Amino acid sequence: MNDTPSNLIIFDDVSKFYGEILGVNRVNLQIAPGITSLVGPNGAGKSTLMNLMTGLLRPTRGNISILGVPTDQPERLFRNVGYCTQFDSFPRGLTGREFIKSLLLVHGFDLQRADEFTVTALDRVNLLDAADRKVAAYSKGMRQRIRLAQAIAHQPSVLILDEPLNGLDPMVRAETIALFRKLAGEGQHLIISSHILHEVDMMSDRVVLLNNGYVVAEGNIHGVRNEMEEHPMQILIRCDNPSKLAARVFDQDHVVEARLHEDRRGLFIKTRDADRFYLLVNRVVAEGEINIETIAPVDDDLSAVYQYLIGSEGA
Amino acid sequence: MTPTADISVNPEKQGVPWSLWWRQVRAIFRLEIEKHFLGKRSILIYLLALLPVLPLAILAPFTPPGREWQDFTQYSMIYAVLYGGLILRTVVFFGCAWIFMNLFRGEIVDRSLHFYFLSSVRREVLVVGKYVSGMVTSIILFTGSTVLSMLLLYFPHFYSESLRFFLDGPGMGQLLSYAGITMLACIGYGAFFLVVGLFFRNPIIPALLLYGWEWLNFLLPPLLKKVSVIHYLHSLVPVPLSEGPFAVVAEPTPAWIAVPSLILVTLLVLFAASYRIRHMEIRYGSD
Repeated sequence: MNDTPSNLIIFDDVSKFYGEILGVNRVNLQIAPGITSLVGPNGAGKSTLMNLMTGLLRPTRGNISILGVPTDQPERLFRNVGYCTQFDSFPRGLTGREFIKSLLLVHGFDLQRADEFTVTALDRVNLLDAADRKVAAYSKGMRQRIRLAQAIAHQPSVLILDEPLNGLDPMVRAETIALFRKLAGEGQHLIISSHILHEVDMMSDRVVLLNNGYVVAEGNIHGVRNEMEEHPMQILIRCDNPSKLAARVFDQDHVVEARLHEDRRGLFIKTRDADRFYLLVNRVVAEGEINIETIAPVDDDLSAVYQYLIGSEGA
Repeated sequence: MTPTADISVNPEKQGVPWSLWWRQVRAIFRLEIEKHFLGKRSILIYLLALLPVLPLAILAPFTPPGREWQDFTQYSMIYAVLYGGLILRTVVFFGCAWIFMNLFRGEIVDRSLHFYFLSSVRREVLVVGKYVSGMVTSIILFTGSTVLSMLLLYFPHFYSESLRFFLDGPGMGQLLSYAGITMLACIGYGAFFLVVGLFFRNPIIPALLLYGWEWLNFLLPPLLKKVSVIHYLHSLVPVPLSEGPFAVVAEPTPAWIAVPSLILVTLLVLFAASYRIRHMEIRYGSD
């Protein structure tokens, strides 16, 4: 698929200030279809960015467009966009079914289509059984799911989900993640904020790391990790002769540290150029001097990137 | 899930926007009207609407003391006082304040306004849908209260005279005039309070200021009198009342000017509301 403005979510030098307080500053992003996760500590600007994307907030400076539609035109924007917010409140007195259906009618769908889409959305979030109960009587997890149903009910091609896995039990979390992957596989945009790094790592095609209102990194997680030259990549090699391997790698200029594992059956390597290191390992294996059992990067994941860039472990 | 490519599914491609807007106004109206009549906040407007009706209903079996109550010709004046002092200035004013200020402010307090903002609906259409729902609610309740209270005043004590008064005399004309003034008041005050609810975090203060301005209207010079809703409504009452020895006398505005003026001002105020809502952000924390 071509990356044209009609296929991208574009932030063009976007800043948002709440009076004197910084929300986000100088954000430039181009987000392609797939799952993009917004990651950062509390107050980093994740929800601000999502609210800007959906026109609930107006940028102090810069422009935002979603698939070519500016965010100050809700009547066009929300034909393609669904937003599951973190606001845990609902119009009073409605059942789950009435809630979804009445909002579909506000979108402009006719009664028959609204009924049909309501059932589809409730089914997708496994809430059909509770559809005719008042939303006010729902558990936290059910309220989260009904919000998700509201976001997907009109079948948008861009889904913006603020902490969508909060309050869900493990089984439903797994199903929801599978649903996200399915939607992304169909070519949709999913923008998800989460503080559960291993889940983000598992489902995201790319991440946007935010801290104090600034985008500190964005892109494919391995790409982001590779660009962090000040933090050499850590690799653990399990082999029968780690001392000999250490001697082989020490003379490489890109290797900055080699340390034996506590059980003396492995070697930790820190390298500034993982690709060259892997080539070296290939040569060693080909020479037949050392039997290598496993080789795996230790800090080539979101948790490590988060720790290096933002300074804490996240959740 | 498939993107909204199907023409019959996508409102954008359904052609004439008027039909889409009409559907959306109806959907918003349906949601809102249910809230007005069945929501927790509706108790107060029911009480207000019953305020003139209940005492009259309770007093209906009894003959009130006082000479004026024995004289049927005085009833037009008694109702004019009741209407001007209680129904128009209190019931309709505060009823409209409650209904219309809560249209947006109530949802900001409940933190549920964003659901409307996340729908593919023009914000101007949202204003129209909400305003019409408030207007219909207030007109049903307060016009009903106006009509019922008038009938309850006349019929229990002078049944046959009242029958003649309403069927052959000026009674029906007066009843329709009062009902019409109540409707106009709902339209005018409604628009004002809708905007107040949008522009002020605490709309009670501007509402009370307007209340004071409307009450003191009789003291204002003729030009300032025209900057009020009550002046135009008073110009339309079928039984004019003296406003007391301190009142500054001004010519009543003819109905052909008063009615269109009120409607024009209402439209201008709704235009301001639409502009405001178009640029509104959702920041519940700061509201």
